[in-house]
Amino acid sequence: MIYVENKDLVIPGQILADEEYYSGRGTFKENGKICSSLMGLVSLRNKKLRVIPLKSKYVPKKGDVVIGKINDVRFSMWDVDINSPYSGILPAFEVFGREKKELNKVYDVGDVLFLRVVDVDEIKKAKLGLKGRGMGKFKGGIIVDIAPTKVPRLIGKKGSMINMIKDKTNCKIVVGQNGLVWVKGDEDMEQLTKNIIHLIEAEAHTSGLTNKIKNKLYLAIDGELPPEEVDEVEETEEEFVLEKPKLQNFKEELEQEEREAEEKKEKEDKPNIAEVIEELKRKNKNKKDNSLSYGDNSNNSFILNNK
Amino acid sequence: MMSEFIRKDGRKFDELRPIKIEAGVLERADGSAYLEVGGNKILVAVYGPRESYIRRLLEPNTGVIRCRYNMAPFSVDDRKRPGPDRRSSEISKITADALRPALMLENYPRSMIDIYIEVIEAEGGTRCAGITAASVALVDAGVPMKDIVVGCAAGKVNDEIVLDLSEYEDKEGQADVPIAMMPRTGEITLLQSDGNLTEEEFAKAIDLAMEGCLKVSELQKEALMKKYSTE
Repeated sequence: MIYVENKDLVIPGQILADEEYYSGRGTFKENGKICSSLMGLVSLRNKKLRVIPLKSKYVPKKGDVVIGKINDVRFSMWDVDINSPYSGILPAFEVFGREKKELNKVYDVGDVLFLRVVDVDEIKKAKLGLKGRGMGKFKGGIIVDIAPTKVPRLIGKKGSMINMIKDKTNCKIVVGQNGLVWVKGDEDMEQLTKNIIHLIEAEAHTSGLTNKIKNKLYLAIDGELPPEEVDEVEETEEEFVLEKPKLQNFKEELEQEEREAEEKKEKEDKPNIAEVIEELKRKNKNKKDNSLSYGDNSNNSFILNNK
Repeated sequence: MMSEFIRKDGRKFDELRPIKIEAGVLERADGSAYLEVGGNKILVAVYGPRESYIRRLLEPNTGVIRCRYNMAPFSVDDRKRPGPDRRSSEISKITADALRPALMLENYPRSMIDIYIEVIEAEGGTRCAGITAASVALVDAGVPMKDIVVGCAAGKVNDEIVLDLSEYEDKEGQADVPIAMMPRTGEITLLQSDGNLTEEEFAKAIDLAMEGCLKVSELQKEALMKKYSTE
């Protein structure tokens, strides 16, 4: 016997079903009944009941990608605030290997980093690392704070939501699983993106959200509604399933930008025609290399599509 | 015994004062609630689970809750001296104790939840109102819990057992029995008794208070649903 339907809003202590169902996350069993322990939406699949919370704190999990802020520089590690009840540590050897360097010259208090959770121990202390594509320090941009449970919604099905926002606002966006989002672009667009992200957070439990956000974005930027499309993204329960944000190669983009800027400067410095030609050739080659690397990682979906 | 007498403020013996509950009123807190019962106005903020900065309070296998009940200096007719006193330390403790059995903090070891109950206006029954509002704020903060704890008081005024004492009835009455319970299972998490009651009167007062709790519980659920339901 089940007392609720899929996607129903439930509150703690509400009886969801009798024993023949399985009790998943956000639920508990008592006296042969399955009850909710959180305020959230019911997810029912194969007789397994779960409650997806509306609000929650991030608890570090091995393999997650997170955005963290350096809190303290210690003798051989950094203390990192990862927007969670548990702080993270970034050991120096994760960054330098065996080399010895002064820690505060590399990352100082207040720096914001993109990190990977390497390990979580029994007392939930998260060991962080920088191994992986695009890991490292953010330069500029703003940080937007959302509930960690809303992260899958912000990314959308196969990155549909986040790619749409990126395309439209021309901002670089990186989503950490701990609910922090880094946005960089024009100042107006940063603010617009921030508002859009907060709107998604507030309305994450409603359906038809991708279209709603699409209309909002088009109105704000072009001043008109988007043309009707036939093959619209379907809104299904799948979007509530925690999908891991895939690694994002924003860092390469940044580096590419920096390189181009440098090249430009060099070009201005030396107006030698032969060198300019050389430069251009090299630049073209660079571009080719890059496009290749994008192709290689076609499953690293969401920055890729806007190229 | 079940006489249809009317109380000083025009209520029947089993009638609650008008209640208004609102969830999620504060921007910066993780969870919050605002509650009005008769002349009481109470604001509750919940922070956490967060990293504890008080090492000695940490538990290695579970999270802990702390509670602070505070009355504003302007909350009563005579100015109340600000700061903690005997009464507010007691209420802070019993509120934390009343809420603790409902919380499931095993997934948040070494963390701490702080509950701040601010009484803006007081008119009798603030401890029960504080517990009621605090559990709404805890749900709003997304803290996993077994049930939404609710508080309500019964008492004896003019030799009659009545529900939800007002300030006047509390002062002039003969007894006051505040309770807190988990409505789904009927477990009582707080039971205090002040004044003289016979055995039958006591049993009757508890039954009446539990009935009141169930009524308030419905309002709590309504408030939470209202906050998040889609229009």
